[in-house]
Amino acid sequence: MKTNAWYPVRPSTRASVALAVALTVFAAGCKKKVVVPPPPPPIAAPEAPKVNQPAPSTAAVTDFTVEPSTIERGQTANLRWATTGATEVSINNGIGTVAASGARSVRPDVTTTYTLTATGPGGNATRTATVSVTAPPPPPPPAPVVRSNVGTLESRVASDLQDALFDYDSNNIRDDARAALTVDAASLQKIFADFPNASINLEGHCDERGSAEYNLGLGDRRASAVRDFLVQLGIPAAKIKTISYGKERPQCTEANESCWQKNRRGHFSANQ
Amino acid sequence: MTRKTVFLIAALPVIGAALLFGQNVDIREWITGKGGKPAIAVTDFRGSGAAQPLMGTFNSTLFSDLDSSSLFEMKPKSNFPLSNPQRPEDLRPEDNKQGLALVDWAGPPVNATHIAFGYSAAVNGVLVLYGYLYDTRPENSQAPQLLYGRYTGSLDAAGATKVAHEFANDIIQKFGGAASLLGSRIYFSSNRSGADEIWAMDWDGNNQKALTNLKSLSIMPGVSPDGSRVAFTSYAKGTPRIMIASTENGRLLPFYNQEASLNTTPNFTPDGKQIYYASSASGLAQIFVAGLDGQGFRRISRREAIAVEPKVNPKNSNVVLFVSGPGPQQIYKMDAEGSNVERITNGEGEASNPSWNPDGQHIAFSWTRGYAKGDWNVFVMDIGSKQYIQLTHSEGRNENPNWAPDGRHLVFTSTRNGRPQLYTMLADGTQVKQLTQTGTNRYPVWGAK
Repeated sequence: MKTNAWYPVRPSTRASVALAVALTVFAAGCKKKVVVPPPPPPIAAPEAPKVNQPAPSTAAVTDFTVEPSTIERGQTANLRWATTGATEVSINNGIGTVAASGARSVRPDVTTTYTLTATGPGGNATRTATVSVTAPPPPPPPAPVVRSNVGTLESRVASDLQDALFDYDSNNIRDDARAALTVDAASLQKIFADFPNASINLEGHCDERGSAEYNLGLGDRRASAVRDFLVQLGIPAAKIKTISYGKERPQCTEANESCWQKNRRGHFSANQ
Repeated sequence: MTRKTVFLIAALPVIGAALLFGQNVDIREWITGKGGKPAIAVTDFRGSGAAQPLMGTFNSTLFSDLDSSSLFEMKPKSNFPLSNPQRPEDLRPEDNKQGLALVDWAGPPVNATHIAFGYSAAVNGVLVLYGYLYDTRPENSQAPQLLYGRYTGSLDAAGATKVAHEFANDIIQKFGGAASLLGSRIYFSSNRSGADEIWAMDWDGNNQKALTNLKSLSIMPGVSPDGSRVAFTSYAKGTPRIMIASTENGRLLPFYNQEASLNTTPNFTPDGKQIYYASSASGLAQIFVAGLDGQGFRRISRREAIAVEPKVNPKNSNVVLFVSGPGPQQIYKMDAEGSNVERITNGEGEASNPSWNPDGQHIAFSWTRGYAKGDWNVFVMDIGSKQYIQLTHSEGRNENPNWAPDGRHLVFTSTRNGRPQLYTMLADGTQVKQLTQTGTNRYPVWGAK
């Protein structure tokens, strides 16, 4: 980045800079030494500078700063400058001619080095100032589209869909299950409207009394019966995946009819 | 023989009916050893030198193996004479009442039909056991020696146990040819690691280790006849599907699952070349058969009820048992084309888990007959006569009986001590031993190895 400071400087300008530096060194040398070797004066040499009396014909940049030196893209920074002895002062990067001293705000999109050139009859002076532009941090992920009471798929499945309960060793949709599933079908339509890409697991469960092997078949039968009922009510079959758990995943583990009834069910869960 | 004659007279009408089905033996007679077991006197073996300290282990193991085979009437050692032969050279023809003549063992108070004797020695740091089995009865005195074996093992308790198992195995095979349990293994589901995995253990409950690491729900294994692989049901891919694993290292082997919500209860055919299973590919779970890789599947059963748990008869591949409705689940049989369906259990209660005895004639199964729904007990039935006997009596739920290769022992699941654990017992319901303690252990099958 440091070398970049020179890139905006044109070759002609660079030559004049070299000259100015040489002169400055030469002038400094004169002040300290008592015995001065005779200067080669074929060309009209400038007079040795005197204290408090700078040569009016040589332009100088006394100040060129940018504050702050680092901004985020979109922010502004202030350039400030002061020059002496210049007949013209300009700043590159689209700013152009400016007053001998002044300030200006800039808003570069990328890191930019500004070069101030002070032109005087006896020589030019330049100075650079760099504004580092950093990218702003990435934005957070987009907020979910806000609809009223959408919640998550899991919470909706858990809160909006009721189990369909069954008799022992049966996959018959009872009247109470019919009522529950009719409500479930309406809820499913809303859920699928809110989550167009979602699909639902329909789990078939059994109580602990039948054999585990037979109950895998029975749970499958129950899940299919519930799915078929929902499809009749307009739910797309492709949205429902049936899984039989037999009696492997009871929600209630007591050995009484109340508990067994809870386990003889078609149950909805979100398909991850 | 006398006992059997008495039985025949008492039960003549039953036997008459049974004869119509073939040479059926009463289920109790079959279970208890067909009327009259060999009465065996197992002497205490002694060892020379460094072998002697190991003989306590040897003697108890030999006795236990023979006793648990249920093949023998074990004669009590308290009635034995003071001396016993250690080598055939010790035997004397005349009865001197000191135990060195076979008649000393045949007559009272021992009343043994057979005697096991022998001795051991430490030879070059190896335990060598010389074992003999003789028939004590005078009518067989022309050729009394039934068995002579030389067995070697390490000179420690493990070696003594090994040679005892081997000698006992040879004696057992001499009577009825039943295979020994030695080397057989039991496969089952256990959740002790957090998820239900397929596990394996030795027949006596030793060396329990997990075969699978699927971190899902993996249950209901079936084992191939050679014991080299297990087929089971796993939820590892969401829905219940059939998976196959090597019993050597647990490595999974390919199996094609039909497009279905349910593929389950896989069981190998006795020739080890096919797998029967249940699938909902046609809607209701039905019985299918496929190659070992699941390819070439074909539907067998055409029931209007759930059909699961297919089990092919080990002696006749055209007889397939399965569990089905309509109505309460019962055990049915069909032929390999799904025809000639016949209900095996009588319709009482609910029945499940048929397991073929290696003889192809008897099954063990679970039944709720006589109890409330879900109150399962283990029964054994003669498939021909349909006589049955109840082995457990509602000590918790008793399910999934599975025959050992010897056809005399069963492994099963019971909740008698709380959570489901695995137990073994003899086919007469005696000698119940608990094999598992940790976690919940279910669905045992007994493999040849």
